[in-house]
Amino acid sequence: MKKPVFTQIKGNSSGYWMLLALLGGFILTALGATYYMEHGGHYVTGMSNNIVWGMPHVFAVFLIVAASGALNVASISSVFAKTAYKPLAPLSTLLAVALLAGGLMVLVLDLGRPDRLIVAMTKYNFKSIFAWNIILYNGFFVVVGIYMWTMLQRSMNKYSKVAGFSAFIWRLILTTGTGSIFGFLVARQAYDAAIMAPMFIVMSFSYGLAIYMLVLMASYKWTNRPLGDATFKRLKNLLGVFIAGVFYFIVVKHLTNLYATEHHGVEAFILRDGGIYTQMFWYGVMLIGTVIPLAIIYHPTVGMSRSAVGVASLFVILGGLALMYVIIIGGQAYPLVLFPGKEVSSTFFDGMVNNYAPTLAETLLGIGGFAVALFIVAFAVKVLRFLPESLADEAVDPHHSK
Amino acid sequence: MSPKTPESTTDQYRRKFLKQSAAVGGLMVAPGVILNQVAHAKPDAEKVSNKNRWGILVDTNKCSKGCNDCVTACQEENGWGKSETKSRPDQQAQWIRKVTITDKQTGHVQSLPLMCQHCENPPCVDVCPTGASMKREDGIVLVDRHICIGCRYCMMACPYKARSFIHEHLQYQKVNAPRGIGTVESCNMCAPRVDRDREPACVEACSKAEHGALLFGDLKDPESAISVELKKHGGKQIRADLGLNTGVRYQGI
Amino acid sequence: MMSYGQFAKHLLVLAGLFALPVLSNAGELGPQPPKAKEKASAKTECVRPVKEMRKNHMKLLLHKRDETMREGVRTKEISLSECIECHVTPKKDGEYPRIGEDEHFCSSCHNYAAVNIDCFDCHSDLPKDASAHMHTLNGNNPHHKDLASKDSLKKETLDVLIEGGKK
Repeated sequence: MKKPVFTQIKGNSSGYWMLLALLGGFILTALGATYYMEHGGHYVTGMSNNIVWGMPHVFAVFLIVAASGALNVASISSVFAKTAYKPLAPLSTLLAVALLAGGLMVLVLDLGRPDRLIVAMTKYNFKSIFAWNIILYNGFFVVVGIYMWTMLQRSMNKYSKVAGFSAFIWRLILTTGTGSIFGFLVARQAYDAAIMAPMFIVMSFSYGLAIYMLVLMASYKWTNRPLGDATFKRLKNLLGVFIAGVFYFIVVKHLTNLYATEHHGVEAFILRDGGIYTQMFWYGVMLIGTVIPLAIIYHPTVGMSRSAVGVASLFVILGGLALMYVIIIGGQAYPLVLFPGKEVSSTFFDGMVNNYAPTLAETLLGIGGFAVALFIVAFAVKVLRFLPESLADEAVDPHHSK
Repeated sequence: MSPKTPESTTDQYRRKFLKQSAAVGGLMVAPGVILNQVAHAKPDAEKVSNKNRWGILVDTNKCSKGCNDCVTACQEENGWGKSETKSRPDQQAQWIRKVTITDKQTGHVQSLPLMCQHCENPPCVDVCPTGASMKREDGIVLVDRHICIGCRYCMMACPYKARSFIHEHLQYQKVNAPRGIGTVESCNMCAPRVDRDREPACVEACSKAEHGALLFGDLKDPESAISVELKKHGGKQIRADLGLNTGVRYQGI
Repeated sequence: MMSYGQFAKHLLVLAGLFALPVLSNAGELGPQPPKAKEKASAKTECVRPVKEMRKNHMKLLLHKRDETMREGVRTKEISLSECIECHVTPKKDGEYPRIGEDEHFCSSCHNYAAVNIDCFDCHSDLPKDASAHMHTLNGNNPHHKDLASKDSLKKETLDVLIEGGKK
């Protein structure tokens, strides 16, 4: 088997510059939205003292989860020693770092005091899962950065396996941490469940791979590099398995909750009476995020169409965002149960379903996170050798027969 | 004459500081001894200690349904309420609120004030990434707004919706109750008052209205009125199932 | 080649140019912190020697901040509200200056040094009697909020707004 040849993309076409300009535009819009939100305060957002985490957190948590999932392709090559994934690994590490950067930007810019970021970096309460996550995120940049380096510089190649293994362990812990942000919230009916952590790991596999496939297919198409059917099929089948995995965890989570009478209220809210959250769950998560992509991927003819699988990947991403919306905002919309068996009313909306109407600014900030991630990728593949010149079947797999 | 270098100034300061702290230390020990015998009268220089745990007992049977005096007293003391002019009602601060609860079976209606419950094991303190959400030695839970970054994780973790995020620039804060944009705040059991041996504003207002539904005191002092009453008639925690051991207890629910 | 006479002339012009900003501001070089109330006048010094306060006031405040916040120490010697009480004095027109205005004790230096402080996002920038006065004036709900806002307007703009520009 020939060693894959990695080269920079030329990146001098008008299309390339337009892509950068477009992404740059989204980033500037997001910064403008931040200025608008932070200048006078959060009163301009849909967030409140009842729905304390809103649209920015939906995007941020999604991006952070997807970041660790994007690393999966590299892990398969170095940890599980699948040579066919080796040419795909550098882009995988790049995307992981870029998505995390995008997610963290959104998270930080939504803080009440983003100017005090230095406090978050210097003062730690080690009992806080959030504090662990700050360490895990920073560590992720370092560990994956080193892994990337061992792959990009030939003299470092020999360390690539060790680095890849560390990165794999680190990302598992990181996603466990992200899931635990919600899993350990005993106060809220919708969250208090240990299953959140493994569920977030499987979600990360699925969303990370979906974004990876879109980026891979787009960059190979736009640079006229060959992307073979074997690689394509391998990735899309993997995506199918991951989608099914997420589906399994969602089913188990809700069934567990339905078994306990205590949780019937919140389950009825999400699954039946929750209005927008119920619609998001059934149409967004189940139909768009699960059924349609699975149908496309496993369809014998449609499943071989690159554009159809591209749509499936896009749907997985949309379904993922919908699931985040249901988990994060739906979970807060359901009232806290303070007095079981009693009807509650107060000047602070006790006992009522909390309203949330996301404003344009907070949504634009969230979208800006995606733009940052894609901008980093588009720029990095121009200046460093991330992409193999060919992913044609012969180049990837020596035993491939026509 | 030798020129005054910055070092010598610092040294001077150090000497002075050491002398003063020794003096303060001496002052602190002496009244501390007396403190345990006579009623509490904390000298300003003394640190709060875990010899005390402050608590409030709410007798819901005495709490009047239409009365809002504890809330307005808290607003007056701490300057929240009308200070936020741009925020929506669900964005405005709520340090303490009156809650009406109706039993679904019997139709029995009760009214009670709900605020930070000053847990012994506060979830808000556990989750805070910077340590801004904190519990003092004497059991009062509050936010150190100097290092609060406004992430709102504590609000996600609080079972009582006791915390508020400030959504806009504030002005004309009370001298004793600093509060401002982008940080989280909640009932601090009027710590500045408690440190000067006064009752929280809500408790004072309730007595003034002659309802006497609120009783403030030291849960660790078996002789205190609140301990005696709790021992005699008991007091429930809201969401006792979470095992938080709250410092605010309720009778009649 | 330039003659010595010409060179000296050029030098003079150059020196004049450098001196210009100094001369035009003659008498008001550097920050102009307003005088404190009598409590800390020439007779009674500040809680530490002035020189030391200029250099270390932030360290004292930071240390005390944690002691008060976390340990309930309520001594008045080092205390932000006591600083404000003594140092923030009325302007010529009798009104109290707000943070951000050069007449405010803290801002007089911090504006000059361009060091941003966020103390007064939360803390009151006025002495007790002044803030109590403001509360009653505004019913805790200042309707002319924007005029008195902390990022306050220039005096000229204020004049225009208040007196319609008539002088």
